[in-house]
Amino acid sequence: MSTDSIALTAVQDANRPWSAVLHTWITTVDHKRIGILYILMSLIFLVIGGIEATIMRIQLIVPHNHFVSPQFFNQMFTMHGTTMIFFVAMPILFGFGNYLIPLMIGARDMAFPRVNAWSFWLTAFGGILLYFSFIGGYGLYGAGAAPDVGWFAYAPLTSPAFSVGHSTDFWTLGLLISGIGSIGTAVNFVATILCMRCPGMTLGKMPLLVWLNLVMGSMVLFVISPLTAAQIMLAIDRFLGGHFFDTQAGGSAVLWMHFFWIFGHPEVYVLVIPAFAFISEIVPVFSRKPIFGYPIMVAATVAIGFVSFGVWAHHMFTVGMNSYANSFFALTTMVVGVPTGIKIFNWIGTMWGGRLQFKTPMLFCIAFLFQFLMAGLTGIMLACTPFNWQLSGSYFVVAHFHYVIVGAILFAIFGAFYYWFPKMTGRMYSETLGKLHFWLFVVGFHLTFDFMHIPGLLGMPRRIYTYEPGRGWEIWNLICTIGVFFQGVAVLIFVWNLARSTFAGKVAGNDPWDAWTLEWSTSSPPPEYNFAQIPAVSSRRPLWDLKHPEDPDLDV
Amino acid sequence: MSSVSTTSGTLETQWALPSRGHVGMLCLIAAESAIFIIFVVAYVFYIGKSVTGPTPKEVLEIPIFATICLLSSSVTIHLALSSIRREKLGAFKLWWFATFVLGAIFLCETGLEWHRLIFEKGLTVRTNLFGTTYYSLVGLHASHVTVGLILLLTVSIFAVLGKVNSEHEPRLDVLAYYWHFVDAVWVIVFTVVYIVGR
Repeated sequence: MSTDSIALTAVQDANRPWSAVLHTWITTVDHKRIGILYILMSLIFLVIGGIEATIMRIQLIVPHNHFVSPQFFNQMFTMHGTTMIFFVAMPILFGFGNYLIPLMIGARDMAFPRVNAWSFWLTAFGGILLYFSFIGGYGLYGAGAAPDVGWFAYAPLTSPAFSVGHSTDFWTLGLLISGIGSIGTAVNFVATILCMRCPGMTLGKMPLLVWLNLVMGSMVLFVISPLTAAQIMLAIDRFLGGHFFDTQAGGSAVLWMHFFWIFGHPEVYVLVIPAFAFISEIVPVFSRKPIFGYPIMVAATVAIGFVSFGVWAHHMFTVGMNSYANSFFALTTMVVGVPTGIKIFNWIGTMWGGRLQFKTPMLFCIAFLFQFLMAGLTGIMLACTPFNWQLSGSYFVVAHFHYVIVGAILFAIFGAFYYWFPKMTGRMYSETLGKLHFWLFVVGFHLTFDFMHIPGLLGMPRRIYTYEPGRGWEIWNLICTIGVFFQGVAVLIFVWNLARSTFAGKVAGNDPWDAWTLEWSTSSPPPEYNFAQIPAVSSRRPLWDLKHPEDPDLDV
Repeated sequence: MSSVSTTSGTLETQWALPSRGHVGMLCLIAAESAIFIIFVVAYVFYIGKSVTGPTPKEVLEIPIFATICLLSSSVTIHLALSSIRREKLGAFKLWWFATFVLGAIFLCETGLEWHRLIFEKGLTVRTNLFGTTYYSLVGLHASHVTVGLILLLTVSIFAVLGKVNSEHEPRLDVLAYYWHFVDAVWVIVFTVVYIVGR
């Protein structure tokens, strides 16, 4: 096997009519195309969710603003949260996983290609159903309404008495359907990783991205299922007149909270573990060193996976659990910090003494390290039950989890975009625009989310559509909103950079980063069959061995 | 890269990975188990919390015959698979069809029980918390039985047409995993609904 023999050109769509091209994309079962479909769908929803966030921030820029109505504001925060978690973060990570896992393990496709396509279209249909609520939420009698119950949809807000029309039905069914799609993808990830590895790729020789996606896939099986079950119960309540969450018939609103957060908290780790996976691939390549502490990284990820299932009720300290439950969940929450801290040390250990190359993907990874650490520290603060009693439901919490989801997960996703863009398109992005995107986004992110902690500490509750002047919240809200525009411009530059470079970027070649995992050994973009000859590997860095026969990685 | 290609030959001969069908089914079973766990938790949490009747004690009768049928179908599907492994296609068809019939009897018994509860005892999803949780949990299981019966029937039709032989044994084995799972869930549902909750 040599690099020349597998440097094949991809099948070009250029000379075919657009209807035939569209048909091949819609009926595709190729993991790379499904991955790209996932990513494109997520980018569309990212823009929609971003517009919703911008509307909220404009409404809050000054006290007593009348930019939108309170009812519309409720719809905005509900749709923003639901969209960003279920139709941006999860599918974009599934998209990268779909694209990269078979390439990295030297396989020609996922274990179940048709289930893969089915899962994608379910997710897309769930998203369309959710947004159809804007025109169909009131059913047949009048204009529409989007869900306005908050992204965790606490009972009794979702009961037929308080949520008339069909807005909550669209929310329930949209998430139920996309959840089934997520379970299908998770089954596919686990089966692919366990059953489709190329000869020689033992579990201990898999790239860390694959390992972390294995943990993520296994978690999704147990994370999404409780949500699916809870959505079925809610649908029974709403459509069949059941009483699961109907307190007047003896049902329990707190049970919904438990079921939702049994999903909701591990979900954060489902999102952040693939982000860790990107960092674990990008940092070593741009430090010119193998990852530091590979087995510890795997063990820490598995530990995070297990512990994350025992922390959910830290979202519910203010519900009035007994002190044993409060202590237990405070303790487990702090325990999660230990394996997470180990990972941060290992990434720093990888960079330590390396020949660092500050390309755009690496910049996003370095910002990730700082911001994820900060997010973890406010997480530890919120894990302390008495502190949490004070700040639960305030903007401090909003700032904390946006630090995790934007500051850590979105930054890692941006890094991954720039890192694998040459592989996916065969073209190089513009490094100048990439760096501009990075710096504008860093400034915007810190303006918005650093200063968002302060009105929270000053007592500003989340989800209010406006506020009184004279409470000391004005300046902080103004700064937060200004930051949003920096982020918006940065995202526009990002989209422009990708769109322009896809057609006009300079040709990237198979291996622009001098990297060492298998996806860089095939052409860019890879042919439909990925590898002309299924590779055989004997170390964690097969491409390094190929390029440096005098210094092989064989004894790892 | 001669060193890599020489080792690849020996690696390929030793390289054996688990079957994707079995791993995929086990993953699906894991996810389904989590769904059932949430429903069982809700059922147990709401035992005795109904504010109106009827109570489980008043209306539920233990479905012993249906349970015997469903649990024996695990044995018959096992016998069917061991028959096909030994190339005994006649015995395979017999045991496979017996599995389908036993499962169908179970589903009919559940249907009759629901008919009795709805039309004689007046218990529906709307009546009280017991009705909501009972129909949800038993109905979730019954829907899994229904899916299993469709799969069993499909294989039965192919078997009658003579299209099933021993090379299909791994796929039938994956289907059997699902059927065993459906049976195992019934043991839990039976315990929770008819013993603990009654």
